[in-house]
Amino acid sequence: MSLLEVENVSRHFGSLVAVENVSMSVEAGELRAVIGPNGAGKTTFFNLISGFLEPTSGRILFDNEDITRLLPARRVWRGIARTFQVTEVFPELSVRENLRIAAEVAAGYRLRPWISREADAEVSARVTDLSDMGGLSDQENRPVGELSHGDQRATEIMMALALRPRLLLLDEPTAGMGDQETYNVTQLIRRLHRDHNLTIVLIEHDMRVVFHLADRIMVLAEGAMLAEGTPQEIAANEAVQAAYLGKAA
Amino acid sequence: MNALNKRAAGLAIWLLLLGMPYWLDWVGGYTSLGSRVLVLALAAMSLNFLLGFTGVLSFGHAAYFGLGVYGVGLTIKYLVSNTLIGMAVGVTAGTVAAAMIGALIVRLRGIYFAMVTIAFGQVFYFIAYRWNSVTGGDDGLSGWQRLPIDLRFTTVDILGNDKAFYYLVLVSFAVAVAIMAALLRSPFGRTLLAIRENERRARFLGIPVDRHIWLSWVISCLFVSLAGTLYALLNNFADPHDLRWDQSGDFVIMAVLGGMRAFWGPLIGAAIFVVLQDYVSSETTNWMSFIGLFFVLVVLFFPRGVLGILQRRTAP
Repeated sequence: MSLLEVENVSRHFGSLVAVENVSMSVEAGELRAVIGPNGAGKTTFFNLISGFLEPTSGRILFDNEDITRLLPARRVWRGIARTFQVTEVFPELSVRENLRIAAEVAAGYRLRPWISREADAEVSARVTDLSDMGGLSDQENRPVGELSHGDQRATEIMMALALRPRLLLLDEPTAGMGDQETYNVTQLIRRLHRDHNLTIVLIEHDMRVVFHLADRIMVLAEGAMLAEGTPQEIAANEAVQAAYLGKAA
Repeated sequence: MNALNKRAAGLAIWLLLLGMPYWLDWVGGYTSLGSRVLVLALAAMSLNFLLGFTGVLSFGHAAYFGLGVYGVGLTIKYLVSNTLIGMAVGVTAGTVAAAMIGALIVRLRGIYFAMVTIAFGQVFYFIAYRWNSVTGGDDGLSGWQRLPIDLRFTTVDILGNDKAFYYLVLVSFAVAVAIMAALLRSPFGRTLLAIRENERRARFLGIPVDRHIWLSWVISCLFVSLAGTLYALLNNFADPHDLRWDQSGDFVIMAVLGGMRAFWGPLIGAAIFVVLQDYVSSETTNWMSFIGLFFVLVVLFFPRGVLGILQRRTAP
């Protein structure tokens, strides 16, 4: 049985149809890319999965349970974490504080008015691990708002990872990055997927990244699903070439 | 180094407050002026728990301040002649009202939240203003006074001895401030900073934002109503103005003036406010225009407040 099962979801904004009758099934341990031209409904589709929006119709199952109308925080508790197209961090707080907040919430401490020495040490060790893994240890005491775009993005991804998610949603993780930064973030995602066997769904415009990372690809166009398959199948698909790759080339 | 500086500054502040009744005469003040600074500082710091550290602006904190004021006044006048029980009633009234109203408004954000806090605040103001037979209406609630506190083994004469009353205020202030400081260093406190910094990120980290804002609001209102009870005891009087929206505005001014990102900022703001009011109002009835001018200058040139400037100076 798959980890994430999206069944015929649609989302309308008034008369605008952003997502129309899209289904997707993601297996545990898979890395799925969602691609499509601008305005294809990719981010709306993501927002439906993470709970930022509710679908107009359709159903979303996570680990066999219906989460279609669950609040975002409750989806996080069940193991769905996400990043945003425009990096969302706590800009005035340091990298460590950013990671610490995520780690404490994940440990179930969010309402605690005090923290024991042992718990504090455990959280600190976890924060150090995350900071190392994200390549952030050199600047972990700087406010995140002062870091480069790539490092802010890495912080955001590590915060999502601090939640120990079972499903990680990445909305255009390399958007607005130079070649070196794109490479670094791609390697980071690859490590998370390979070494931690993390299930990841990502939206991405950079085809090098998509074909380098993805196990399977889903193509959206004008709110509907155009095709789905392995990278080879998608590259060979004529409808996709016509709608998307052809236009890009 | 920085942490050490902070600790030294904290120690200096506590020593100054501890000795205030003794050095204040020296610089031309008097003990009840010190009590007034401390009471309003507690109110402004409580407001700032919500404003500066959760990122939520309330323009209605005078309502809960005022419930503290009338809670203690009405209790001592009509029910029991006991200062501490009066304070407990005032704090309970303010906190319970805040918990109920907070549950209704906590989903609102920004200017809408601020407007609704004013609206609810004015409801309490008009009750106090109109209900002549109980609250004294526009004339305020007089005919009562704070009473010496009986601790069984000794009696603290807070009525006859201004210094004794100052230390009652200081003890209340210290307990409240220590609790707020500890909360802000806790995992719960960090979720509040997270909400201030980026609500969307906080929500998608699994923090139920509305619930945490509600908790922050109730904690903030609890301590502001404690400040209200002390204010009534200081004046031996309950004034309907203490409930009005411009009193809420004064708290916001104190917090912003002193620096709302700094824990001690509102204390500095309250001290400047109260001292300016005391000195300037003896010269002219237009003292508020001086505060207003000073406030505008600070906001324009030092948006982080008076303590914000000092902190930037000492930063490496």
